[in-house]
Amino acid sequence: MDNSFAQRRRRDLILAAVLTCLAALAPVFIKDVYVQNILILTLMYAALSQAWNILGGYCGQISLGHALYFGLGAYTTALLFTKFGVLPWFGMLTGGLISALIALALGYPTFRLKGHYFVIATIVIAEIAYLLFLNWDWAGAALGIDIPVRSDSWATFQFTRSKLPYFYFALALCCAVWLVTFWLENSKWGFWWRAVKDNPEAAESLGVVVFNSKMGAAAVSAFFTAVGGAFYAQFVSYIDPESVMSFHFSLLMALPAVLGGIGTLWGPVLGAAILIPVTELTRSFIGGSGRGVDLIVYGSLIVLIALARPEGVLGLFSRRRKGGAR
Amino acid sequence: MSPLLETKAVWQRFGGLVANSDVSIAVEPGEIVGLIGPNGAGKSTLFNLIAGVRPPTQGSIIFNGEDVTRLPAAERCRRGIARTFQVVKSFETMSVIDNVIVGALVRTTVMREARRKAHEVLEFCGLDARAEVPASDLIPSEKRRLEVARALATEPKLLLLDEVLTGLTAKEAEKGVELVRRVRTAGVTVLMVEHVMEIVMPLVDRAIVLDLGKVLVEGKPADIVRDPKVISAYLGDRHAVGA
Repeated sequence: MDNSFAQRRRRDLILAAVLTCLAALAPVFIKDVYVQNILILTLMYAALSQAWNILGGYCGQISLGHALYFGLGAYTTALLFTKFGVLPWFGMLTGGLISALIALALGYPTFRLKGHYFVIATIVIAEIAYLLFLNWDWAGAALGIDIPVRSDSWATFQFTRSKLPYFYFALALCCAVWLVTFWLENSKWGFWWRAVKDNPEAAESLGVVVFNSKMGAAAVSAFFTAVGGAFYAQFVSYIDPESVMSFHFSLLMALPAVLGGIGTLWGPVLGAAILIPVTELTRSFIGGSGRGVDLIVYGSLIVLIALARPEGVLGLFSRRRKGGAR
Repeated sequence: MSPLLETKAVWQRFGGLVANSDVSIAVEPGEIVGLIGPNGAGKSTLFNLIAGVRPPTQGSIIFNGEDVTRLPAAERCRRGIARTFQVVKSFETMSVIDNVIVGALVRTTVMREARRKAHEVLEFCGLDARAEVPASDLIPSEKRRLEVARALATEPKLLLLDEVLTGLTAKEAEKGVELVRRVRTAGVTVLMVEHVMEIVMPLVDRAIVLDLGKVLVEGKPADIVRDPKVISAYLGDRHAVGA
């Protein structure tokens, strides 16, 4: 029995290695910049959704305010770089740490809320932060921050001639968050989180400190979300509150996990691989005034999945039958 | 020998309702004690106070020589109090073995060790064949056993069982009784709430009868079942007179 578990873990690792290699080779065949752009966004959202999944999927604390951490990562990096000349790599780390600390500070009051009330609180808090940044002159207010483009370099993490460095960074980030999740899944924290999600009262009776587990999940999740935000700031080299802190991002982080399979290792990757290309394509084909059509498309996808496979697309690959009929 | 568990003049009020009034009980190490009483007697309230769901309105709870009155449930689990739930609370999306691993992780953070321990406990409870099945696939009697397994994985000194034998078929209940005996043999003290007397009386060393929030009588099962006060509490005064 222990063997079947070890085998499953090994299979996951091998699959991840194979997929990473395939993804790494993709740019060799895909020269089209537009398609490369979609690939980068897909990888980024896979990483972000994987980070969201730690809190929302494993620990069951559904956050629709992760745009806050994404924005904090983006703003920290951009501000440190433009105001103090601090390299984005440090900005990324700083943004991650600030976000983790803020997640802890916000978790302290909000983790006492249950279910829908918690979700509403996350939305409201992110919206408040959005409004604050919209009016914060030093941080560019509504005009945002233009990140000055110098020369192509890994030090400043800026590349104008080719998108490939961004691609590989997004891939590396995606792998990193996946590996962290993989490791956490089979750790005390992973088990505690799932127990908290399924039944907090029973978890508490088995020695799980429910509140601390939620705090831990929030910090890890916020950290990686902010790193993703920092990456995004460098990638688009212009940020404003609308483009990094709007509710839209909170949804885009949650939906791939929900679509692919919430609280699973592969759900966010699979969900992002389906959702992001579909979004980008509908956006460019319907385009222009069609702002929001992409939302309609994946809204419909989610409804379909919720009706047919509540456990996510991954459920299609699972041989396990629910209900114990056998 | 000092008792493993002691409640000293414990009161629990819910607004105007007094669920436990001045309850003082003691459980000696190695005992199987039954906490019985008719519906609404305050058994579950007392049980929850001991498990640490909430602190009592008044009074104190001593476990293993330590005052645990104000400790939260998770901390009590660490000290060696484990419980099951009357309405089973399995972690439904997790496999049976993973359910038990959660319990085992109180004593170790080494996953390999927790997994080994969980298999051991599942075997002890006769559930090892179902280890990889999702908990949601278990039949009710198996879920009851999973509750016990999960609790045992925390290596408790005191196991609190909340109506684990109620609602089982005669055959399942028999297996349950046998499991509880083996738990005691393994060195765990057991305090069990039941309201079906026929099941618990042959099993327990001592029974404490609660009625209307107070300790009515306590003693050997054979004496308890003949006690007119108990009969009247369960069946009404008419029967007590008849007896």
